Amino acid sequence: MTDALALAFDFGLAALVLIVATWTLLTRETAAAAVGFVAYGLLLTLVWMRLAAPDVALTEAAIGSGVTGTLLLGAAARLRPTEAAAEAEQPGKAMRFVVALLCASVSAGIAGTILMLPDPAPTLAAEAAAALPETGLGNAVTAVLLSFRSIDTLLETVVLLLALLGVWSLAPDRVWGGRPGPRDGAYQSEVLTFLAQILAPFGIVVAMHFFWIGADAPGGKFQAAAILAAMWILVQRAGLVDSPPVSRRWLRLVVVAGPVVFLAIGFLGSATAGAFLAYPEGYAKPLIVAIEAALLPSLAAALALLVAGPPARTE
Amino acid sequence: MNGAALFGVIAAALVGLGLYGLIVHPQPLRKILSFNVLGSGVFLIFGVVARRGAGAGMGGDPVPQALVITGIVVAFSATALAVALLLRLFEETGRASLRSDVSNANDEAGGNS
Amino acid sequence: MTLALDVLTVVAVSSGAFFFLAGTVGFLRFPDSLSRLHALTKADNLGLGLIMLGLLPRAGGVGSALKLIAVWLLAQVAGAAVTQLLARAARTAGPPA
Repeated sequence: MTDALALAFDFGLAALVLIVATWTLLTRETAAAAVGFVAYGLLLTLVWMRLAAPDVALTEAAIGSGVTGTLLLGAAARLRPTEAAAEAEQPGKAMRFVVALLCASVSAGIAGTILMLPDPAPTLAAEAAAALPETGLGNAVTAVLLSFRSIDTLLETVVLLLALLGVWSLAPDRVWGGRPGPRDGAYQSEVLTFLAQILAPFGIVVAMHFFWIGADAPGGKFQAAAILAAMWILVQRAGLVDSPPVSRRWLRLVVVAGPVVFLAIGFLGSATAGAFLAYPEGYAKPLIVAIEAALLPSLAAALALLVAGPPARTE
Repeated sequence: MNGAALFGVIAAALVGLGLYGLIVHPQPLRKILSFNVLGSGVFLIFGVVARRGAGAGMGGDPVPQALVITGIVVAFSATALAVALLLRLFEETGRASLRSDVSNANDEAGGNS
Repeated sequence: MTLALDVLTVVAVSSGAFFFLAGTVGFLRFPDSLSRLHALTKADNLGLGLIMLGLLPRAGGVGSALKLIAVWLLAQVAGAAVTQLLARAARTAGPPA
């Protein structure tokens, strides 16, 4: 009985996801599409929970839907004057029909492959569970991120850094090294100030909670960093604090510190435990906590600065 | 059909939808949006594979889930860079169009950075 | 006792869902932004409160129940602030052309 109810819920959720995705992709206004994308991201969070992946659900809600949605909504608002010109460039009906057929065949191919996946499914869950006690962690996903596949996490933090460099390099010469984002005089409002003053401390506490319990329960530094970045964005939009100029040394140190510490611990591992990013016996948990603690401020700063954009004002 | 297979089919549909939006929309921001939908569909496929690999006391295989977390963060950084490029293009040419004849016309008319 | 709690859950969540439905109908039918905001805030607040009330007996312990209440309070604060900002923007923009 409960299986049938669960399946009915899954069907309802799947239908809702498809409807919202289709609406997002076919609606006229770009700002409406951005809002639809945020709603789509939140529905995907529910899908991830149904797929028994709470860490991914948290990341999708925080980064996939929250931070990306902020970015896209801000860009859609700034690009509003180009809407009319873009409308004129739409391809004709015949072209769209052909493209729709091609995309439908791609979808059908992927769906067919998924339905023909081998059963029983190959899985690494048993190996992960067996190797978990060595790392001292209770959350298998955190163990995979920071111990079994820590090279992926290292490269991911470097990718964030490179994206930030790319965004900063897009500043025009006259504001090179200046403050990102517009001065938020337009957003000044007591309501926003009130919201920022109430939410920001609470958000910081919640972020620290996520960071700390990530070792043994769903959570972790990516979700915590996204919440911290969101709190900073809120406080900056309310006008309570201004974006720092990107030429400031302390800002650059904060952003770089995380990957540097990660690399240093990696080289320490190659010196003491025989392989890059290997952890010496018994030191796994403290080293993992050290990496996470170093990465948290860097990730939060990188995420917030990526949303803020390239420098737009001189100091 | 159980829940995981259903979401697998949905993920395939999302990939097709995202691909359609990516090809058809002329506005680059809509393309970036569709690319994100496409990416989320691919991540869902990973999630379905993870769910099918449940065992050893866990609800899903942790390795694909960790890969998806990495993927979401990387997709965000790619989106941020793409949006920054698009906004810079808009500031320089006053249009958000990828058609080369449009931006070339603006350059020849004397606009420069 | 559990039967009474189950009945409470079903009744509260169903009426909460009904209020959300009513709010959405108002959102779709009302002519301009301010009246739509009015429909959404009144109905959705009541709906969210009822759903929270219905979910409280299902929470596994005092800690989870407190977290549910915290989520509800956060949604209230965020919703109230965002509604104020939207209404301010709608009033500045003036009536639709």
